[in-house]
Amino acid sequence: MSKVDLSVRLGNLTLRNPVMLASGTVGYGNEISEFIDLKKIGAIVTKSISLKPKEGNKPQRILETSAGMLNSIGLTNVGIEKFITEKIPFLKKYNVPIICNIAASTIDEYVECIRMLNDENGIHAFEINVSCPNVKKGGLQFGNDVKMVGKITEKVKANTTKPIIIKLSPNVSYISDFAEAAKKVGADAVSAINTLVGTAFNIKTRKPKLNNVTGGLSGPAIKPIALAKVLEIHRKVDIPIIGIGGIMNWQDAIEFMIAGASAIQLGTVNFIDPTASEKILNGLTDYCKEYKIDKISSLTGSYQID
Amino acid sequence: MRIIDVQIEEIIELESDIHLFKVKSEEIASKINPGEFLNIRISELPVPLLRRPFSVCDVENDFFYLMFNTLGTGTKLLSLKKPGEFINVLGPLGKGFNIDDDFETAIVIAGGLGVAPFPYLTRKLKGNKNIISLIGGRTKSDIITYGLENISIATDDGSLGFKGNVIKLLEEKITGIDISKSKIFSCGPTPMLKALKNLVTQKNINCELSTECAMACGFGICQGCPIKSTEDEDKFLLVCKNGPVFNSKEIIL
Repeated sequence: MSKVDLSVRLGNLTLRNPVMLASGTVGYGNEISEFIDLKKIGAIVTKSISLKPKEGNKPQRILETSAGMLNSIGLTNVGIEKFITEKIPFLKKYNVPIICNIAASTIDEYVECIRMLNDENGIHAFEINVSCPNVKKGGLQFGNDVKMVGKITEKVKANTTKPIIIKLSPNVSYISDFAEAAKKVGADAVSAINTLVGTAFNIKTRKPKLNNVTGGLSGPAIKPIALAKVLEIHRKVDIPIIGIGGIMNWQDAIEFMIAGASAIQLGTVNFIDPTASEKILNGLTDYCKEYKIDKISSLTGSYQID
Repeated sequence: MRIIDVQIEEIIELESDIHLFKVKSEEIASKINPGEFLNIRISELPVPLLRRPFSVCDVENDFFYLMFNTLGTGTKLLSLKKPGEFINVLGPLGKGFNIDDDFETAIVIAGGLGVAPFPYLTRKLKGNKNIISLIGGRTKSDIITYGLENISIATDDGSLGFKGNVIKLLEEKITGIDISKSKIFSCGPTPMLKALKNLVTQKNINCELSTECAMACGFGICQGCPIKSTEDEDKFLLVCKNGPVFNSKEIIL
């Protein structure tokens, strides 16, 4: 069989393959580039950038739970200026499509970030974070409000020629309503899902284990939920979906594509095995060969539900 | 830093249910420095999910040593490994002890399992520097003396050595030492490190502290292990990348 076509389309964005590295799990690429050849990856989604630098939450920020982890980092980032002068030039050397994730606490702030970054030719698309559970302003406050998600999408779309991806929160009743709201005003794709709000207590002190009280749950523990959310969006809304949530291996990635994802993002697994993306890419290729699939994109939404 | 499978050569059981793994890896043994650490994947299964950080305990030829107790799920599972089995390590990671400073006497201060990084430091310093080791614990069974030199012991309950904490013992000992030519190397529970930081600030003693924090990746991408910097109170350093060893002047505990 000839070579498998691994390329995927997300609205106006075409990627050489569906394997992306999720925001907040690979920084700005520096460290992960010591483990993998970034040139092979579909795209890297950078750590959420905000207008001004953010130091993030006080420790404890990380807690392992059963087959998962809670994090309450608090959008630690270098701020947009340093991102432009230091981080983008570094990533450009690797010829890896950069998707810039943006976090903000007001609509104007999102717009300002987009405007400042719109002319950066290394950035292939923006992923708009309307779903961070670990900040007081913005974040989930936006992600829970379907009108607000529509408004933010509309405003950022109006200020850029680059594709817009909206990263959705699973902490809502119907995630498809949010995907629909984003689609209506021109979003090119949605990422689903961000982390689930969770917490844990120390039974001796009765204090929360995380300084921020709650955090975002990620890892294999959330995979079934993420798959169900991807499926829900796929059945109700005609928009490309980037599947995220507990993907640890190529089998998980295939499952997400079957459930409706056009591409996938790897998050928590990067902390455990920073070479996972290359292994998953190889696994996807082998699977396609075995099942005689010429184009990996044909897997998207290929579920057989009676 | 790299990810490699390394083979357990020998398992040594020490006092107080402490395990010592002797592991073969020419690469790690030749690269790792005292105070640096390795992040170990306990199993391929989703539980425990994250790697576990272990400071390097000692290095001898092509072998490195890891010292651990079995308080958590990860270390319990690790303790079930047998000689000949492999473990998956990511490292070497972090910034270790700086032994190139100008000092004549190294004062090692360790609390409980905080002794773990010091056999290797001791090995590096032996012959060139005077070494004094002060080891503290709540009680006799907490005291681990493996690989250390010139040891004095402090226990909270007085069951072994000096009755009181190890910082009190240091205060006593310090009167007979020329502190201007000494450097303190310390690792242990945070309250101990805090008390030590206060003391060395007061007396202006050069001191390095090996810190701990819950972390996910161990190499800077998760941003999960912040520690406050003295330079700017609103600024955080990362325990995994900027540490785990810091000069006492660099951090706020």
